[in-house]
Amino acid sequence: MTDSTIIGTRIREKRMSMGIRQTELAKAAEISPSYLNLIEHNRRRIGGRTLLKLADALEVEPTLLSEGAEATLISALHEAAGAQKEHQAELDRTEEFAGRFPGWAQLVASLHQRVESVERSLQSLTDRMAHDPHLAASLHEVISTVTAIRSTASILVDTREIEPEWQHRFYRNIGEDSRRLAEGAQALVRYLEAGPNGDAEFLSPQDEVHTVLNEAGYSFAAIEEAADPLAAVERVEEGLSGKLESDASRRMLHMVLKQYASDAGHVSLLSLRTALAAEGLEPDALARRLGVGLPLLFRRLATLPEDEVGPIGLIVCDNSGSLLFRKSIDGFGTPSVAGACALWPVFHVMRQPGAPLKVHLRQAGRVNVGVLAMAAAEQVTPPTFDQPALTQGYMLLLPERDGDAIPSAEVGITCRICPREDCAVRREPSIMSQVF
Amino acid sequence: MNKKVLLIEDEPNIIEAISFILSRDGWDVKTHANGHDAMDAVRHRAADLIILDVMLPGRSGFDILKDIRADGTLSDTPVLMLTARGQDKDREMAERVGANRFMTKPFSNADVLEAVRSLVAT
Repeated sequence: MTDSTIIGTRIREKRMSMGIRQTELAKAAEISPSYLNLIEHNRRRIGGRTLLKLADALEVEPTLLSEGAEATLISALHEAAGAQKEHQAELDRTEEFAGRFPGWAQLVASLHQRVESVERSLQSLTDRMAHDPHLAASLHEVISTVTAIRSTASILVDTREIEPEWQHRFYRNIGEDSRRLAEGAQALVRYLEAGPNGDAEFLSPQDEVHTVLNEAGYSFAAIEEAADPLAAVERVEEGLSGKLESDASRRMLHMVLKQYASDAGHVSLLSLRTALAAEGLEPDALARRLGVGLPLLFRRLATLPEDEVGPIGLIVCDNSGSLLFRKSIDGFGTPSVAGACALWPVFHVMRQPGAPLKVHLRQAGRVNVGVLAMAAAEQVTPPTFDQPALTQGYMLLLPERDGDAIPSAEVGITCRICPREDCAVRREPSIMSQVF
Repeated sequence: MNKKVLLIEDEPNIIEAISFILSRDGWDVKTHANGHDAMDAVRHRAADLIILDVMLPGRSGFDILKDIRADGTLSDTPVLMLTARGQDKDREMAERVGANRFMTKPFSNADVLEAVRSLVAT
């Protein structure tokens, strides 16, 4: 049994607990009783309208049937199982485990995430020790000074007949060097003590920035309302800097906010709302009306509050496929570290920057929740003879909606937890393949 | 006639100390304190032995050694490399570019004397 088929069992359990007969439910959902029977026995995958009708008839949230809330937990459990294969976790019973022991399951998932983030910061600390130029320079200075002192001191001790002027000179050198050594040692101590606060959460700079952005709802009224948005950036940064541990994350936030301010300068909140009122949530029409490119429009849309326009997600990547920005919505998972699915349209548009894409996406293993994805690319540096243009890919994520006659595609989150079979772009085996 | 040694090192007090012990040992010591024009000094001094620090302002000791080994008239000159980092990586790098000996700071004077004597038969 897999995550994606258990939905039938849920429908059956719910129906029986409510004392409804199969024929009644089938009628309410406008499907045949035999079809419902197949669904209940997990022989047919369902989604979309049928799922909504069944949920309505059973008086439950559709996500309760479609395991929307549990999907994240189950992916996390799969990831945890994959990271520690030696324990041979019963992957085929993940869903059952999550269902029967939600607290324990949550604990396993959080522990795994914690381990991952601690491992990552350990890695970055190791890198820091090995590659930090400041540390290397300080150590070099200390060792050089020690070398000079050792050599000079042993001359003074070992040389039996030494001219007074030489002797004087070497004493002076030792005096100088010992002062330098003391300073160098103090500088090292200061530097090492100024490292990341030991009590703080271990987060990568990217995670820190995303946490701060998420808390702010990806929206900054102080910048929107300022006469000079760029000038307001500094004030917002000051307000947030206490929440950021590292210089790296502060610099990354600065880049995000500068972009935000520049975008707000192009399309004010007022003009965006006016355009939305006229055109609805149709990025093509909005971009035309506002006279801006799709990427800029995507960035502006992603700052709108959810209660105003519904959930809007945005994923930004660079030429290397690294995710620079990720604001996700229900039904679309992004990898926690790196290595997003190569099938995401955001990677396709990088190859053909002139041709934006609009497609319904379903992530394998989450068959019942889909999203509407729109992808466009933007040149961030102009092409020169020395270096071709650098491009960034943008993918706007909206809840799936009816009436859009557009292609749909199945993609993954990341290979490790992706059940897609015979996938041409697979990079590493899936831990789910043991299930299938 | 005394053997000539060229010491390329940027730390003045190390220069002074090594110059002193090598002079006492009968060497003719010349010094140079940066990487930029170290090759000029190497060509100009025509030393019997070169003591070369890895971390020099302007240019790395490894690069200078590569130039020495590539130069027709200088390529046979023995070179003793000094480094503040004792990692295997540095040692391998030194061997690869053609160092005859490799010493890690902080070294003792006796080590230096032993090394230079073994590199140039006096």
